[in-house]
Amino acid sequence: MSTRLSPIGLVVLGILVLVPAIDAVAFGNYYLMSVGTRILIMAAAAVSLNLIMGYGNMPSLAHSVFLGVGAYVVGACSYYSRATGAPWLLDGFLQLGLVLVLSAGAAAVIGAICLRTRGVYFLMTSLALGQVFYVLAAGAYQFGGDDGMALDFRSRFPVVDLANMPTRYVIAVLFLAAVIYGSKRLVDSPFGLALRATRMNPRRVLAVGNEPSRVSLLAFVVSGAVAGVAGFLLANQTDFISPSILHWTTAGDLMIAIAIGGLGTMLGPVYGTIALLTAEEVLSSTFTYWQFAFGLLIVAVARFAPSGAGELLRRVRLRRA
Amino acid sequence: MASHRKEGRVEGAQALLLVQQVLNGVQLGLMLFLLSAGLTLVFGMMDFLNLAHGTFFMGGAFLGAWINATTGNVWLAIAGATAVMLVLGALLEVGLLRGAYSHGHLDQILITFGLIYIGNDTARMIWGSDGLAMLLPPSLNASVSVLGLHYSLFKLVFIGATVLIAGALAFVLARTRIGMWIRAGAADRETAIALGVDVKQLFTLVFACGAALAGFAGALSAPLLSASLGMGETILVPCLVVIVLGGVGSVAGAFLASLVVGLVDVLGRTYATALTALVVGPTHAATLGPSLSAMLIYLLMAAVLVLRPGGLMGRVQP
Repeated sequence: MSTRLSPIGLVVLGILVLVPAIDAVAFGNYYLMSVGTRILIMAAAAVSLNLIMGYGNMPSLAHSVFLGVGAYVVGACSYYSRATGAPWLLDGFLQLGLVLVLSAGAAAVIGAICLRTRGVYFLMTSLALGQVFYVLAAGAYQFGGDDGMALDFRSRFPVVDLANMPTRYVIAVLFLAAVIYGSKRLVDSPFGLALRATRMNPRRVLAVGNEPSRVSLLAFVVSGAVAGVAGFLLANQTDFISPSILHWTTAGDLMIAIAIGGLGTMLGPVYGTIALLTAEEVLSSTFTYWQFAFGLLIVAVARFAPSGAGELLRRVRLRRA
Repeated sequence: MASHRKEGRVEGAQALLLVQQVLNGVQLGLMLFLLSAGLTLVFGMMDFLNLAHGTFFMGGAFLGAWINATTGNVWLAIAGATAVMLVLGALLEVGLLRGAYSHGHLDQILITFGLIYIGNDTARMIWGSDGLAMLLPPSLNASVSVLGLHYSLFKLVFIGATVLIAGALAFVLARTRIGMWIRAGAADRETAIALGVDVKQLFTLVFACGAALAGFAGALSAPLLSASLGMGETILVPCLVVIVLGGVGSVAGAFLASLVVGLVDVLGRTYATALTALVVGPTHAATLGPSLSAMLIYLLMAAVLVLRPGGLMGRVQP
């Protein structure tokens, strides 16, 4: 576990972020930008999951719920705005406020129940509870049920136009930067110290005057709210919502990304997500049976590079030194 | 007088419906038990959470449907699917998973999550993405009538076969030496090893049998659900509810919890709309009822976790 933000890592990330922008501006190629926006939003969601999983020992498979809450708020507002003709429902700030309240609320409920357990039990409980929301979304026929629905309207902000793809890309970049910075500040704060301590020794946390379950729950709620905003951006990016975002495998994918990049590191989840989703993009456009190759890749990483590719790199470097 | 008789008939029909739904609930519960028995033992013994357990279920369903379609023999289909899953489970444990027990939970989750991807795509390669139905011969595809109650013969066979298996499992675990070793390994691995139990080999056996039970459940369920991609991930969720409810590592707890979950789920789906109508009125109940019934087992799990974090029959968690 480390809270270091490596300068080299940030520079490399900056270069990676520039590639789609250059491709779009210089060559008029918007494909990378469209894929990149989604990857950056998912990376921010991975950072938020890593906050509770890597620093707080809460491996939550309910994280897809909060992404889903964010996305469905955009979808519901779009639907009811069309049904009732009320334009104020499309106001972006109102929607963001709703997203924050609802995803934090859902996180508070799920977290409070799951925190009765720890470790793998936490994982199982969060998976099961999270699926309640999947079932609800799949049963919401006005929003297309199992099939999901295309959005009639994106969220509307003054000045910023989300219908414009480069705008969405810039927003995704800024959002990811803010989430990385925010989680760095949080993990380094006294609260973050208490959170990291609950992972190591809950009894001592209690002894120095912090209620461990309260610290954990607060982190869970913050992380859920961040994921909610990521879901909000994701719906605006894809212009589509579907219950599949709430399926526990979405959180599973985020977990894989975190594990590949390095659990409990600041930038690991970001690199993990970029690597994983790029691999998915490349494999799915090359092979019919890309999931097979994808699965093999994951199994190989877990079997031969436990604790992530980042850790492998670090060990190689140490051996050389 | 006439209205009286009519009322009596309605009540009779209601009672028959209840009996029918209770049987359906028991059938669902027993299927969940087949799946969760293996999962809970594997977790209890090796602290290994196999997210790909549902993939064995899917494999059994596809194999069963496929063998049934080619040979036309249901019993051969079910036995064949079970045998293939037994071998596959053993190979997987020895070849891949054995090396991963020393790794953390995260790596185990990763490996088994990768296996889900591999399993789904393998099924897609062999059988295509549309899924496979398993057609029963007319002799089984009948219904029996007892006292005016019509019930599917195959579901009765399902219940009978599962009860037999559960009984055999209980006998092996409670009365045989191997069963004693398994219980010892699940209760306290270190001490069992210290007392000379070869937990490593025992675990291969348990894992393979767990896979076979899941495959058996899949093949038995194929005529009712039909085999489809992704059915393993769907069935995993109620199985985890069962394990958490029953207490991890406890087969008796899993049995009890399976029946509770099966009954609550089926009866909830049947009566939730009518019951919510009593509270909120029929118009709201039509939309609220189905959602509420889908949530019932999770609410139950949440309630048990609040009252007894270790599950109904589990030891207190570390």
